[in-house]
Amino acid sequence: MPATIAVILLLVIPVLLTIATTFGEAGGPFSTYAAFFKSGFRMAVLYRTLQIALITTAIALVVGFITAYVIAQMPGRLKSIMIIAAVFPLLTGVVVRSFAWLIILGKNGIVNNVLMSAGLIGEPLSMLYTQGSVIVAMVYLFVPLMILTLVGVLEGIPRDLIEAAASLGARPVPTFLQVILPLAAPGLIVGAVLVFTGSFTSYATPQLLGGEKQMMMGTFLYQRAMVTFDWVGASTIAAIMVVITIGVVLIMSRMARRLNPMAV
Amino acid sequence: MPTRIHPILGAFAILVFFFLLAPLVIIIGAALSDTTFLTFPPQGLTLRWFANIFQIEAFRRTAITSLQVALLGTGLSLLIGIPAAYALNRYRVELPRWLSTLFVLPILVPEIVFGFALMKSITIGLGLPVFISLVVGHALLILPYSVRVVGASLASFDFSIEEAARSLGCPPLKTFMTVVLPNIRAGVIAAFILAFITSINDVSVSVFLTGPGISTLPIQILAHMEQFFDPTIASVSVLLMLVTVGVMAIVEATLGLTFLTK
Repeated sequence: MPATIAVILLLVIPVLLTIATTFGEAGGPFSTYAAFFKSGFRMAVLYRTLQIALITTAIALVVGFITAYVIAQMPGRLKSIMIIAAVFPLLTGVVVRSFAWLIILGKNGIVNNVLMSAGLIGEPLSMLYTQGSVIVAMVYLFVPLMILTLVGVLEGIPRDLIEAAASLGARPVPTFLQVILPLAAPGLIVGAVLVFTGSFTSYATPQLLGGEKQMMMGTFLYQRAMVTFDWVGASTIAAIMVVITIGVVLIMSRMARRLNPMAV
Repeated sequence: MPTRIHPILGAFAILVFFFLLAPLVIIIGAALSDTTFLTFPPQGLTLRWFANIFQIEAFRRTAITSLQVALLGTGLSLLIGIPAAYALNRYRVELPRWLSTLFVLPILVPEIVFGFALMKSITIGLGLPVFISLVVGHALLILPYSVRVVGASLASFDFSIEEAARSLGCPPLKTFMTVVLPNIRAGVIAAFILAFITSINDVSVSVFLTGPGISTLPIQILAHMEQFFDPTIASVSVLLMLVTVGVMAIVEATLGLTFLTK
């Protein structure tokens, strides 16, 4: 199949070659990795990226789950309107959606203007280029993805199961914890994987809202490759990103399969 | 029948939708503001920032490049993706399992890593022109949509219809074009739309594949933003949102939007 050849030739081989260059250094095959893990600055970037990705995933899970739950309960027409409202931001580009937060959080931004005119602050807060601003924009970016993943899953849960639990006297909270949550678990895992890998590897959002101060793995890779032209360093970052992303996907998909109570 | 929603959950969902849509409204407001800086609510109303987009040659040029790359890349990905999806469904039993995993790889490998590797190997390594690298990169990036969305359509296709046509003497290619393709039309349209949108909005792959005189619109917007912070960027963003609206209208007219949650 031509598609097989295309993927192998243009994706697998280039990525493997890129990773291979990291093992050919004079200081031994793992010297670039040793340098990476010993450097306080580089480890701080990796640690910050993991932290932002995890916080984003956690918030997106909670916000996305509640919203998807409400959408799934809505009658037909209202449900489609809500789904359209969630899809629209998703189809709008990353640059446009990150840019919106520049207007909101900037020095002359809406938040500052409101707080100033309310007399709550004397001078504008600098909210851009903080970890918080990156996380807010990332949550904004990924909540629609989580909602859409979960609406499908929640709609697939048979109503009878919830009614059966209720008719047997289960109160709403135990019903939620013991019936809905386990049934939604595989969907939650899929959503979490999508959001985690998406935010872990993002480029445009940390570039716009994080700048140099909040460098993440994606922006770090770009900077090493195109600003300082340190290709081996960039390839090392690339290899670490690939290993973490694929590792997370493999572990989580195995977990999703074990957790699926309907698959028994 | 839907169960009752606790008012707190309902209120929370309303807040979430406000959070999702307000930033987009803010962009529209900022694009209309009669000021030289970005602000919301707009101070005075003007369309001059929209006119200004067309004054800036770089926007016009990169918008054309973006469209060309999206159309060629999507076309190319469908051209190789449809046969792959067909083979995966038709000969599922005989094919090795790693083959279907292979087509998910463009999603699994971080985009930014893929862009970097592609730049190193084909733009610089093989010396291919930047435009070709962009088309190839985008085609590969969106290949999973072609294979999986078309594949989902083919999964419900009854291959015995195809066998009937073949046994009546219809040649293989004609059978595919006149029997199989019309039956998976919805999947092909859906794949085209998702792929097109992904391509036109892409940053992570394109950022490595720009050269002298060649860039895509999102990359140009990023570059412009580093120098100017006037409402022009907001108005370009509004135009891009209009593209999204257009695409959603096409989806609604051809497939119904609910297919997106399936």
